[in-house]
Amino acid sequence: MSRVRESKPPAAPKTPRPGLKNMGAMYAWPMGLWFTAFFIVPLLIIILYSFLKKGLYGGVVGEFSLNAYKQMFNPNYGLVLLRTVRISLISTLFTILLALPCGYAMARSKFQTVLLFLVIIPFWTNSLIRIFAWMSILGNDGFINSLLMQLGLTKDYLKLLYNQQAVILVSVYMYLPYAILPIFTAIDRFDFSLLEAARDLGATKPASMMKVLLPNVKSGVVTAVIFTFIPIFGAYTVPLLVGGKDSYMIGNIIVDQVNKTRNWPLAAAFSMIITVLSTVGVLWMMASSKKESALKTPGKAEEKR
Amino acid sequence: MNTNPFRQMINRLNVKRPASEPARHARRAFQRKSTFSFSFTVLVLTLVFLFLPLFVIIAYSFNAGKSSTFTGFSLEWYKKLFFDSEPLWAALLNSLIVAFSSAALATVLGTLAAIGISWYKFKGKAYIQTVTFLPMVLPEVIVGVSMLIFFSGIKLPLGLFSIFVAHTTFCLPFVFLMVLARLDEFDFSIIEASHDLGATEKQTMNKVIIPAIFPGIMSGFMMAVTMSLEDFVITFFVSGPGSTTLPLYVYSMIRFGVSPVINALSFVMILATVLIAFTLRKFLKNIAAAK
Repeated sequence: MSRVRESKPPAAPKTPRPGLKNMGAMYAWPMGLWFTAFFIVPLLIIILYSFLKKGLYGGVVGEFSLNAYKQMFNPNYGLVLLRTVRISLISTLFTILLALPCGYAMARSKFQTVLLFLVIIPFWTNSLIRIFAWMSILGNDGFINSLLMQLGLTKDYLKLLYNQQAVILVSVYMYLPYAILPIFTAIDRFDFSLLEAARDLGATKPASMMKVLLPNVKSGVVTAVIFTFIPIFGAYTVPLLVGGKDSYMIGNIIVDQVNKTRNWPLAAAFSMIITVLSTVGVLWMMASSKKESALKTPGKAEEKR
Repeated sequence: MNTNPFRQMINRLNVKRPASEPARHARRAFQRKSTFSFSFTVLVLTLVFLFLPLFVIIAYSFNAGKSSTFTGFSLEWYKKLFFDSEPLWAALLNSLIVAFSSAALATVLGTLAAIGISWYKFKGKAYIQTVTFLPMVLPEVIVGVSMLIFFSGIKLPLGLFSIFVAHTTFCLPFVFLMVLARLDEFDFSIIEASHDLGATEKQTMNKVIIPAIFPGIMSGFMMAVTMSLEDFVITFFVSGPGSTTLPLYVYSMIRFGVSPVINALSFVMILATVLIAFTLRKFLKNIAAAK
């Protein structure tokens, strides 16, 4: 990415000269304090609550207890946990499989700006509207069913909505742009002459893709996986609106525990799982992106010429 | 070296970066070749997949009947939307109040922090950089639940103000990164020049730094407004009686009693999205051209 800057005359060092007043803390700490107060403290409270005892009428009692974590291993909740993992894995797999060729085609296209614009529009459209659109496509008197009935292909309604397949389909739809964008960014930065070289040296097309392109855009793929897996893992709206009894996910448990059952420690414990998972994901993403830029030293040497 | 994937992405979306000569040559060679490849076919199908639901819903919005079979063209639902849906417009007003106020605060905090972080070394820099990151990846449900529990802990009544606080929090990282991306291309020697010429810190800020990174600030602000307008999950937790925002209203429309008015509303919202995306794009391009 630093190609442009490094081809220019050496930029001024990014630190102020000694003698000038250091305003860094004054500029950055208002935001730092805001995050501490309204993000870190609430998260710490969640962690604390997950180790406390449930109050009789909601809330918590200030008494240490591992009850919430024990409850989580109740077979019913275990099932939901497994199901959530399964749904997120399958959706992520489909999303990435679609996003890879898309990102590649976009990076190779002459109409990058238009294509980016087209991918961003559904990404910016209100998520509820997008879910609702799928409800009116898959519903009992929705688009597909009325089409099939008019063509005389089916007599009875096909039950397309309110099941796990619908949740997976809509999740793929919702997070596809999130996956395409980082993959496109990575492939766009990729040096296409490497592919040419691989082909010249006799690699077949699929082999050059697998062995030259994919390893080089790995950080983009990792980012895409994180961007899709984590939000689907914590999904609430999609399973609520297009899912049925077989697609109740962790997100739904958390909301129900907070709003209906008012078992805050349990909701906090489930939130902890998602938080830990997300943090691990972010660390993985940062690490893979760092490793890649460290590997790219040959590119840097070329620029220094 | 910039290793933050979000920053790389935002950078790429903002400016088209010229690649090195051999890379550009190879890309051109690749672009010229075959038009119908496997990846291109997948891309076209994916775009159809992405837009089909939007088109279906737009078609339904012009349908005369209530059912999904097309019975004739009508603007009835639009008439209902514009002249017969007061609660919806009240919800929109709430949404706009929250969106503009929280985006404004997020822009001020985020811009200052981006300037501070990109130019200075100070205590706690690493901490601030790390905590900006998490809210972007953490699922909305978690952010919502933790805020709800926090607000009920400090006895803050739920309403427009609590929504404002929550929205500022989740919009901030995006504004911060947008401005940071802009600062990546900023030549910091002009700050030194301005100091050498006797400008005070405040003058440098107002007359040098802010005008130079203004496109970044603007796109950060716009992005924050859009994100705030679109958020449902977090708002769902931190809203109280009388503070229904547009997404909350849409949710109740979907959940309890679907009326085709929602199709008309969807089309209006999709149009608004396209318009915002388009102006933003154009705005950025004009700025780039004027440079």
